[in-house]
Amino acid sequence: MTEELQAESEADGVRTIYDPIADTPTSYLREPEGAHPPLDFEGYKSTALRHPKQPLIYLPQMITEITGPQLAPVVVGESDHDLTIQHDGEPIGERITVSGRVFDTEGKPLRGTLVEVWQANAAGRYLHRWDRWPAPLDPNFSGAGRCITDDEGRYQFTTIKPGPYPWGNHYNAWRPAHIHFSLMGRAFTQRLVTQMYFPGDPFFPYDPIFNSVRDPKARERMVSSFSIHDTVPNWAAAYEWDIYLRGPGATPFEEAH
Amino acid sequence: MIFQTTPSQTVGPYFAIGLPFDVGPFVVPEGTPGAIHITGTIYDGAGVPIPDFLLETWQADPDGRFADMHGHGGVSEIPGFRGFARYGLEDGDGTFDIVTVKPGALPGLGEGQMQAPHIDVSVFARGMLHRTVTRIYFADETEANAADPVLAHVPVERRRTLLAQPTSDGYTIDFRFQGPDETVFFDV
Repeated sequence: MTEELQAESEADGVRTIYDPIADTPTSYLREPEGAHPPLDFEGYKSTALRHPKQPLIYLPQMITEITGPQLAPVVVGESDHDLTIQHDGEPIGERITVSGRVFDTEGKPLRGTLVEVWQANAAGRYLHRWDRWPAPLDPNFSGAGRCITDDEGRYQFTTIKPGPYPWGNHYNAWRPAHIHFSLMGRAFTQRLVTQMYFPGDPFFPYDPIFNSVRDPKARERMVSSFSIHDTVPNWAAAYEWDIYLRGPGATPFEEAH
Repeated sequence: MIFQTTPSQTVGPYFAIGLPFDVGPFVVPEGTPGAIHITGTIYDGAGVPIPDFLLETWQADPDGRFADMHGHGGVSEIPGFRGFARYGLEDGDGTFDIVTVKPGALPGLGEGQMQAPHIDVSVFARGMLHRTVTRIYFADETEANAADPVLAHVPVERRRTLLAQPTSDGYTIDFRFQGPDETVFFDV
């Protein structure tokens, strides 16, 4: 634990257990039942043939599980955090910033970790050959971004607010507007792929993917908040969303302190 | 624990917009001495290849060293060793092909316990609300596999689903989500 990080943690009023960079937890918390959606979920048809039928087998966390790739320097380019400047012209739509912090469940910020996003354009259309619904593509929007969290675990993207779009799960099925997020964390065990939603989306009650998370409080953890504070005057509205990855296991190691 | 984790959601069908990168399938740089291919196909419950999967792997090098900064036994000495592969295509056909080196044995949980050479695997796809985790072991490591503490918890008749078989330039292993040869998946 560096003095600097200690000071930062105390300033945040956050309890200090370990330094995610200097120390490696010997294990990560096992997550309670229902923390994540089930692999077999009736409302989402594609799960039917894509979930294991046999029970999962308990894997004790050993060295392969408590280490993990550090991809940030490999894949992140200088302007990858701004999805509105990747082409000659500006994309159509509501310009927004999406920012927040990546923490573990002890409230420790994860710095230097890779955050990747991809999304539909303002019309709800993805730049992907399999997306064929009749909404326009935007020649000035690809919809992918990457960044690395700073010393406070903070990430920030500038983008266009994605539109909702129909899909084939059931009659008149629509996905609420969302941005896909991929988090590497610091260990294989912390890996997370999820989706960030926007507050008050009218499609929430009808979307089986959103509702596959059964606990309403857990669902709320996927919804960003509008932030007038972070809004850039005359430029971009702001949404804020913090992300929590698994923290160290129940047997913390305090030896180093 | 003070906070709850953010729940997982499916990677969806369009991850190819944002996740693949040029050297993703390369755990080691092309031309690394001793490099091998690990290939295979991922099948759904109807026995049909899953075209829109994203596969990620994480492993040690032949000396049991990792690429990360945590420094367990020191960082790998293989130049450019990432220990990680990411494989997924906009227009996939259900198969994968990663370039890597065979990992070495690793310490297990108890004093003197060793794990057989293995690679940790995550599979993501449309229709998977959370990643599925499995491991690749090597069929020609008979002795090490017999002493492996993870395989020990896998029913004998299902262990073969985790064993990659030798090929002319490496190994091959298929992952099956359902059926009589359903792959063993783990709760990590």
